[in-house]
Amino acid sequence: MNRSRIFKEKVAGNLMLLITTAALLLVVAMSIGLYVKSAPIFEEHSLWDLLSASEWKPFKNQFGFFPFIMGTLWVTAIALLLALPVSLLTAVFLTEYANSGIRRWVYPALDILAALPSVIYGVWGTLLIVPWISEWLAPFFVEYSAGYTVLAGGIVLNVMILPLLVSLFVEIFSTVPQELRDASRALGATHWQTTKQVVFRRSLPGILAAVVLAVSRALGETIAVLMVCGNLPQVPHSLFDACYPIPALIANNYGEMLSLPLYESALMFAALMLFIVVLLFNLLSRIILYRLKNR
Amino acid sequence: MKIKYIEEFAIKILMALSLLTVLGFVVGIIYTIFHRGWSCISWEMVSSLPGGGFYIGKEGGFLNAIVGSLYIVIASTFLGLLVSIPVVFYLNIFLKSHSKFAYIARMAYDVLFGIPSIVYGAFAFTLMIWLGLRTSLLGGILVTTLLIIPILIRSMDEVAKNFPRDLLEASYSLGATRLETLGVMLRQIAPGIATATLLSVGRAIGDAAGVMFTAGFSDSIPTSLSQPAATLPLSIFFQLSAPQAEVQDRAYAAALVLTIIVLVISLAGRFILHKFSKNKI
Repeated sequence: MNRSRIFKEKVAGNLMLLITTAALLLVVAMSIGLYVKSAPIFEEHSLWDLLSASEWKPFKNQFGFFPFIMGTLWVTAIALLLALPVSLLTAVFLTEYANSGIRRWVYPALDILAALPSVIYGVWGTLLIVPWISEWLAPFFVEYSAGYTVLAGGIVLNVMILPLLVSLFVEIFSTVPQELRDASRALGATHWQTTKQVVFRRSLPGILAAVVLAVSRALGETIAVLMVCGNLPQVPHSLFDACYPIPALIANNYGEMLSLPLYESALMFAALMLFIVVLLFNLLSRIILYRLKNR
Repeated sequence: MKIKYIEEFAIKILMALSLLTVLGFVVGIIYTIFHRGWSCISWEMVSSLPGGGFYIGKEGGFLNAIVGSLYIVIASTFLGLLVSIPVVFYLNIFLKSHSKFAYIARMAYDVLFGIPSIVYGAFAFTLMIWLGLRTSLLGGILVTTLLIIPILIRSMDEVAKNFPRDLLEASYSLGATRLETLGVMLRQIAPGIATATLLSVGRAIGDAAGVMFTAGFSDSIPTSLSQPAATLPLSIFFQLSAPQAEVQDRAYAAALVLTIIVLVISLAGRFILHKFSKNKI
């Protein structure tokens, strides 16, 4: 009887090892699959051409990703610029200043923000942000804007990465030993001076890691951005231009792409680009965060 | 007054402002969705299938999307739990706490968690073409399962890490094998499993980019795994891109339904974690 129990244990152990390894293999399988699918386009276009050309005419065999890359970068940069100060200050408030009564109300609110589906953010963006930009903000700067702009995409994305940033910052700040804060306060530093000189300095690598993680989240966000940023394949020159980020390109054209073999591989190349960048960013920031946690 | 006290005061104001901004976004988004959706929603919309001319504003509802979403979410959550509970168990009981393999595996799940759903969708789509499959309920279920497995594993793992060693040793000392300790562990981390499940249900029901490629869209409720299925987020997205106001109104109503589902799930998750994780050893 004992033998069968031990046998069961061994079989289950190996089975579970197999499942656990499968996840590691999924990363490999995805990169191989996407690479194989995007390989045909490299036979006709060099990598540099694809990245730097700005003509996007799939039916004339012109695949320039430059506008899409710029669109993605603009939207992500705006989102980060808006979200970083707000999330940093909120996290400082929650870890250094707030009492547990306030935290009990703020954390569920952040949970809700994190849980809302991206299509809801898109609806909110089209209902509120887009009209606000076209009717209130844009007239101060440009003659006409439909509201579906880089700025709208950035604002919506900013709200979406806020909860992620805040929760990462809170986690990072709480790894700073309380003794360090006490020592600083004992020397006469104010609360904010302590935060600035001790907490920030000690958690700087973590802050960077959190930012990288949030950027990679922002890079891959699809539906919400697609709904508000106008989707014109052009390089944006101001906040009030429409843009066309890479995920939106993939999502919008998945139906047509089967009509041309190169079209499909161009879109798969877009997915591969996204995959590689997000993979590297994630690896980098996770390694830093793991180090911090185990220090 | 010294400069440092002025600085302290200024930063406090800034902090209050940013906290208000965050809370303002939460309240603002929920208010917008409820305010707009409430004036559009009707019983017919949530209880009937799209009729003829649905996308030019004729009668019908989005029951197809609600049912499609439920099918996908329930099936993928079930499959996801089936895969992730053994993994969490393996990581925490079978492997030593400083195992290199466990470190790499956790890292891999974290990285997978960060991969955008559109990339999962594109990858699954190429696989499906390679296998000669069409967009179907099955494809949607599988890609959603892949999407939520990292969330399930990582959030259950956080709870399982705090699993008391004493309980483990008590179980071993009674002669149980590691596998037989599964029951003890499952009971101990049950609230964690519940929260992780709700978290992943929330993510699964809201995902649009992954199912867009794999589940497709259809106006009827799928009766087999090989038929395409509609999902709520995609239904909102497609209806909102229609020019007619009647169709857009239904998108707002569908957005309200989706928001209510997600809110209930999210609050229930927090409630369960607080209510039941108090009896720690």
